[in-house]
Amino acid sequence: MTQTLTAPRPTIPAPEKIPIRLTVNGVEMQLALAPWTTLLDALRDHLDLTGTKKGCDHGQCGACTVLVDGRRINSCLTLAVMKDGTKITTIEGLATDGTLHALQQAFIDHDAFQCGYCTPGQICSAAGLIAEGKAKSVDEIRELMSGNICRCGAYPNIVAAIQQAMAQS
Amino acid sequence: MINFQYTRATDVADAVRQIASDPAAKFIAGGTNLIDLMKEDVERPSRLIDITSLPFNTVEETADGGLRIGALVPNSDLAYHPLIAQRYPMLASAILAGASAQLRNMASTGGNLLQRTRCYYFYDTATSCNKREPGSGCSAIAGLNRMHAILGASEACIATHPSDMCVALAALDAKVHVDGPAGAHAIAFPDFHRLPENTPQRDTNLEPNEIVTAVERPARGFATNYSYLKIRDRLSYAFALVSVAAALELEGDTIKEARLALGGVAHKP
Repeated sequence: MTQTLTAPRPTIPAPEKIPIRLTVNGVEMQLALAPWTTLLDALRDHLDLTGTKKGCDHGQCGACTVLVDGRRINSCLTLAVMKDGTKITTIEGLATDGTLHALQQAFIDHDAFQCGYCTPGQICSAAGLIAEGKAKSVDEIRELMSGNICRCGAYPNIVAAIQQAMAQS
Repeated sequence: MINFQYTRATDVADAVRQIASDPAAKFIAGGTNLIDLMKEDVERPSRLIDITSLPFNTVEETADGGLRIGALVPNSDLAYHPLIAQRYPMLASAILAGASAQLRNMASTGGNLLQRTRCYYFYDTATSCNKREPGSGCSAIAGLNRMHAILGASEACIATHPSDMCVALAALDAKVHVDGPAGAHAIAFPDFHRLPENTPQRDTNLEPNEIVTAVERPARGFATNYSYLKIRDRLSYAFALVSVAAALELEGDTIKEARLALGGVAHKP
């Protein structure tokens, strides 16, 4: 028996691009986007902010983590049009006046990366973690950072870097 | 992901009107599961109706001493809400056992109830799946199925419900408030999700065009003696192979009442 596994698709007219306004790293941006554009693709492909990385694109690796109104989220599972009017902070927005963010400096101090691909997501996630204030112990840092995978296995140094930045905050 | 239209709902009536006008439309809130399924081509909505501006973002005390949790309250806000920690700590620990901090910041209470199974074959459009394409068969029954159902499975489907939060809600009495063409009503939590039987494409008893508006908990929270235990392939950020929510009410050394609910072992918690 042969079976068609994919049902025929209805023809859906191409939607109008939707105008949105995002404040990205303190700068207001006006964009017109197709609804399926993820926040990750909007940042990387429409705003040329390529610091935020696309890893799995399915919310499993955390490389795309950014802060939306101060909360860490996976930008790959977020439609940009649903974040109209919000404030986005990416890795490019953490340093102030040429001085690295405490987490950026701590990652350097502790050699908390090898290939570096997961690092922007790790740092943005850690910034969210510190702002949430729920992690005190090493075990709690590990548990609440579990949404960020490091395939190089730099975890001990990442935890040490977060502890250092947490102590300074 | 396929082409789709995007609209915003202004209130519940507008949301219900919009979804009733387009049979292939879906509501979107946190999007953590739906966007993922759309990228995998498992979900192919013609339109997404954004419900995030509806007024379901509060946790309110009810007249009988319980709590009414709005369907849009994010999982993290719920887990860390002071009244949840104080009255329903098992619900908080179940929520924190699921997903990652980022996903909990995004995922909504209503969306947690309505998330689809993580059966590998449901996700893989190259395989047969009665839940995804009714009548096509079930690849999981003779496939890799160590995360699948032990209880209540059918010959059509052995998928499990993946939620942790719902296991705690199943152990402790809860009601799901819904609204829709037939008006607002409440569904007792054990009746909300369903067993697969011959229609595994239906995860819940929610009627077409209905929307979840809130989850209500009664006053009794079993806040003293409780545990949520989750067994999984890694220590964090993995779906349950088996989980159990257990709560006791003690009188001295005597168990006056016990509540148990299992997760990861059936099509419903």
